[in-house]
Amino acid sequence: MRIWQPEYECMDRGHLMDLQLERLQAAVDRVYQRVPFYREAFSRLKLHPRDIRSLEDLPLLPFTTKADLRESYPYGMFAVPLREVVRIHSSSGTTGKPTVVGYTRSDLATWSDLVARFLTAGGVTSEDVVQISFGYGLFTGGFGLHYGAERIGASVIPVSAGNTQRQIMIMQDFKTTALVCTPTYALYLSEVMAEMNIDPHTLCLRVGLFGSEPWSENMRQQIEERLGILATDNYGLSEIIGPGVAGECEQKDGLHLFEDHFLPEVIDPESGEVLPHGREGELVLTTLTKEAFPLIRYRTGDITSLNPAPCRCGRTLVRMSRVFGRTDDMLIIRGVNVYPSQIEQVLLEMDGTLPHYQIIVDRKGALDMLEVRVEVSEKIFFDEMKKQRALVEKIEERLRSVLGLSAQIKLVEPRSIERFEGKARRVVDRRKL
Amino acid sequence: MKVKQISVFLENRAGRLAEVTTILGREGINIRALSLADTSDFGILRLIVNDPLKAARVLREAGFTLGETEVLAVEVPDRPGGLGEILSLLHAAGMNVEYMYAFVERSSDNAVIIFRFDDLDQAIRVLQEKGVTILEGQTVYSL
Repeated sequence: MRIWQPEYECMDRGHLMDLQLERLQAAVDRVYQRVPFYREAFSRLKLHPRDIRSLEDLPLLPFTTKADLRESYPYGMFAVPLREVVRIHSSSGTTGKPTVVGYTRSDLATWSDLVARFLTAGGVTSEDVVQISFGYGLFTGGFGLHYGAERIGASVIPVSAGNTQRQIMIMQDFKTTALVCTPTYALYLSEVMAEMNIDPHTLCLRVGLFGSEPWSENMRQQIEERLGILATDNYGLSEIIGPGVAGECEQKDGLHLFEDHFLPEVIDPESGEVLPHGREGELVLTTLTKEAFPLIRYRTGDITSLNPAPCRCGRTLVRMSRVFGRTDDMLIIRGVNVYPSQIEQVLLEMDGTLPHYQIIVDRKGALDMLEVRVEVSEKIFFDEMKKQRALVEKIEERLRSVLGLSAQIKLVEPRSIERFEGKARRVVDRRKL
Repeated sequence: MKVKQISVFLENRAGRLAEVTTILGREGINIRALSLADTSDFGILRLIVNDPLKAARVLREAGFTLGETEVLAVEVPDRPGGLGEILSLLHAAGMNVEYMYAFVERSSDNAVIIFRFDDLDQAIRVLQEKGVTILEGQTVYSL
């Protein structure tokens, strides 16, 4: 079993903590000098970078939230001038303004190595043919995996997302050995193969590296059985770096969190109090080495727990459990972040009042389906079918452009959506992960 | 000249149409004509009743989403080609029929067709010029 950077990934904890402290102090000093947002936030707390004397002082630092990032749109949180930024990415569909993130040349080098770490941990070597079926573009998934796989020296096929039959043809003809996509797309690929009468076991596929949406042990088993591969999970978010924050090894026993670059904490999302290892809570990350877009104590909104015990694979970095869920109402549908408030905005556009509605997420086969039920009021009811259907199509069209994925509108009778203490239950997630 | 029509939004599930007609029956409201346009998810029920105001009130009270529209009731000779003649002259006048449905009068040789136009007044002018009989609302409610 290979390890990409054993000098870091297998570091003994004492040395690791020295390295973390040194990097943390430098990072705190850098944001204080260069990012007005942090200088102000530190001043409000009467905090100076030199107050951070040990890793235990981390909770003295202020949190950074998604809202802070939105307010600094587009470049307010950058710690370097744009001439030093060589790449810009942006978060997938979010409410209002997206989050813009930047990378210096050195950030990109770090990113490639971190992706190379989890690809190696998941069994990818320079001998592999890696098919990347994540979208290429502002989304960090495609390019992140691309550069990491190239760093390893694998043969990279940048197919990008979509066109499933073509994906399968390439998989057959180019003799793909490693597949990179979302876990639901992997399952969908297996279904389409079945329809095309292609036995996945006749392909060269060996491993799959899946991420960018929550999944379960049950889904892993299905994917592994149907495609005949080893499937591993990886984790990341564009605000921190993209994919490459953590990833599983072949032991499939938690995701190795690359804590020489990202200092993790798990907090109680209500009180903000730091929880001991093993307890479930919100993951908070501080970037230790990022140059262009450093973040201090960023609240990820993802629920997980940390396990500091060394892994059987030899890596000593702390392991995070699979992400159990979210602290906010964000849904991840086909890899895209969806907030109910985005759907609300579209519905409000219809006639200025918000109808009673309900968002239903379900999984048909391997694909996530988004349905929005809307109670029909007299303002949006027509006696002509043509007009009624035009309204439905208009909302669907708007949702597609706002969310970046298709949703089905279902008109229902007034009072047919169940109410809970007078309020309709807004989101029903029927997916069984 | 104009006839009040009530339209009701119905989800496409068992028993919804029965529910509407039961409520109307209980309130002593008689249905003169109806049509149902539907998709796999929902339907639009259109009704001509003897007491449109009361019907609208009781259905709203029962929680239905309603629309009230004005339509025309046109008398068409109850013989082959009767409807065709009317549609041809509407077409020749450039009038677009949004939808239509029919019912047969019990005590005459005429059929009654309910028409929905975008421009009702223009349609009235065209039909009257051609000598087509348009029934008064009160006549239709009590047919």
